[in-house]
Amino acid sequence: MAILNMVQAINLALRQEMERDEKVVLLGQDIGINGGVFRVTDGLWKQFGDSRVMDTPLAEAGIIGTSIGLAMTGFKPVAEIQFDGFFYPGFDQVISHAARMRNRTRGVLTCPLVVRMPYGGGVRALEHHSESMEAIFAHTPGIKVVIPSTPKEAKGLLISAIRDPDPVIFLEPKRIYRAIKEEVPEGEYLIPLGKANVMQQGNQVTLVSYGAMLWVCQKALEQLKGKYSVEVIDLRTVSPLDSDTIISSIKKTGRCVIVQEGPRSFGVAAEIIAQINEKALFELQAPVERVTGHDIILPYYKNELNCIPSEERIVFAVEKVMKG
Amino acid sequence: MARTKIASFSIEYLQVMDEHGEIDEHLMPQISQAMILKMLRTMLYSRKFDEKMLSLQRQGRIGTIPQGKGQEACSVGAVACMNLDDIIFPSYREWAALIWRGVPLKYVFMNFSGDERGNSADFNYRVFPFNIPIATHMPHAVGVALGMKLKKKNRVVACFLGDGTTSEGDFHESMNFAGVFKVPCVFICQNNQYAISTPTKKQTASETFAQKGIAYGMPCLRVDGNDVFAVYVAVQEAIARARRGEGPTFIEAYTYRLCDHTTSDDAKRYRSDEEFRAWEKKDPLLRLKAFAEKRNLWTKSDEEKFLGEVEGKIDQQVEEFETMPMPDFEDMFKYMFAEMTGPQKEQLNYIKQFKGKYHGHT
Repeated sequence: MAILNMVQAINLALRQEMERDEKVVLLGQDIGINGGVFRVTDGLWKQFGDSRVMDTPLAEAGIIGTSIGLAMTGFKPVAEIQFDGFFYPGFDQVISHAARMRNRTRGVLTCPLVVRMPYGGGVRALEHHSESMEAIFAHTPGIKVVIPSTPKEAKGLLISAIRDPDPVIFLEPKRIYRAIKEEVPEGEYLIPLGKANVMQQGNQVTLVSYGAMLWVCQKALEQLKGKYSVEVIDLRTVSPLDSDTIISSIKKTGRCVIVQEGPRSFGVAAEIIAQINEKALFELQAPVERVTGHDIILPYYKNELNCIPSEERIVFAVEKVMKG
Repeated sequence: MARTKIASFSIEYLQVMDEHGEIDEHLMPQISQAMILKMLRTMLYSRKFDEKMLSLQRQGRIGTIPQGKGQEACSVGAVACMNLDDIIFPSYREWAALIWRGVPLKYVFMNFSGDERGNSADFNYRVFPFNIPIATHMPHAVGVALGMKLKKKNRVVACFLGDGTTSEGDFHESMNFAGVFKVPCVFICQNNQYAISTPTKKQTASETFAQKGIAYGMPCLRVDGNDVFAVYVAVQEAIARARRGEGPTFIEAYTYRLCDHTTSDDAKRYRSDEEFRAWEKKDPLLRLKAFAEKRNLWTKSDEEKFLGEVEGKIDQQVEEFETMPMPDFEDMFKYMFAEMTGPQKEQLNYIKQFKGKYHGHT
């Protein structure tokens, strides 16, 4: 075991998968000699060379489209988009092609492709560097959306994403790229996609979140220490959503708070609430609370933390459902 | 200090055979009689197929279709100089390329009758499915060509596109990638002078489409796209360069669509009769036929016999297409991922209770 941050854990996952399978290739801007702007691919170009770690022109649709071509030829491309806010030209290739290829060819052609990118706010970055738009991706049939919450999680989930036979969008919460260090298994370590994780057992209230928001949830739980028995669920994979884990927890607790960084309407929390409505409405002791961003353009960084859920808002929501 | 010219460019135009089927012997490629006849037969076949598609569409047996009439020489000239394991990214009117490779045409009928199985032809034909959005297939072609280069396979990719395609961002991104990564890819731009109704002059301020290759550091030229030999020469040279590891080529094939954009289009709204009639005289099929007849390679009775055979083959494909069972509605879910997700399983179970009431199912 080594103590690593998320950047180092992702680097380790990429290195090990590239050593294991020569079909794994990386494409992206500044990922070669520079090791990526967040240094996630540091040292990989030196170890694997130009044909495995490809610095590309500055063109997101080109990066994803070329990766689709490689994927259809038997490679396992892992494309890096430099920042989530610049992904959208490339998202056309994902939604129009990667997501559809298996279905439209009845399985003749497939797209085992991973698109990685730093995601989310809270790092005092420039405009276009801080949004959380996972709901757009999750609403797209044919792709999986994975968001890790810790270094160890990032390693296990990324390896599964690379080995997955279908396209995966892997969103790396940049706020916790270096904020958390933990022991990360050095050997082969996989966490299955599509399965949520019960991080902490409890029986009075279910707290559901993912990515960097779990880190804020932990701070909220410190404030609430000893007051309630909270079951904490890390979604790990936003789509497909593991509603079974959430529903069985709610059957135990009868109360639920969902925390998401992205805008409130049409979001992941809304989908979870719909699932609860369908499968566990009469188990509820109180209406489900969601703590979310607002339906506004994420403010520039002076005000961003007034949009992104805070520990105070999470505490407030938990107190509210407990009183309900 | 200086103010000097640091680069200059020019664009070549190539025509080997004129509209009367006369050729320039110096420009004529080494090409066997058997190959010339295969070209002619494929173009005839493609045109017959166009007619059948139109007739089925008019009878409501298939949906909206594009046709290939007028542009067959671009397809045939290109695929004729490719190896069978070279890869084709067709445009949506590339019947001739499919016919050349032997792709069963029932797949085309399926595709244009709203059935995904139309894209499931065995990939051993090395023909990718049609791409419906414009230009977004180009980076795929580049990715596949890059894959061939990385795997050290000596295989080339031919990527077909149209004049309107050159305005899309993905055109420029993929051309740039192709140049930078020096991939074995030949881009064949069929400039039929209209993107639906939008004429060339509203599409680009460039004098030619060919010159767009210059910006991406690749050899480029314009050929007479109704002259199958000119296309053949240009593509053959491009493929040879690609196989030598010298990267991509951009070819503008100057041509004309002798039909509507699709069966939902009426080209008379934007093209004059006069213009259309002038281009009918430059028909690539008539030109090659004139060439072959002058050399006694082809006669009227050969043609009658061949068209009879083709009609039988096409009817056979129509029969196979029309007797196919309706796709199972579970197939809607089955191919989204390698394994169905939890939500998909739930949704499939939900719709199963309506099975008897499903459209097209009993």
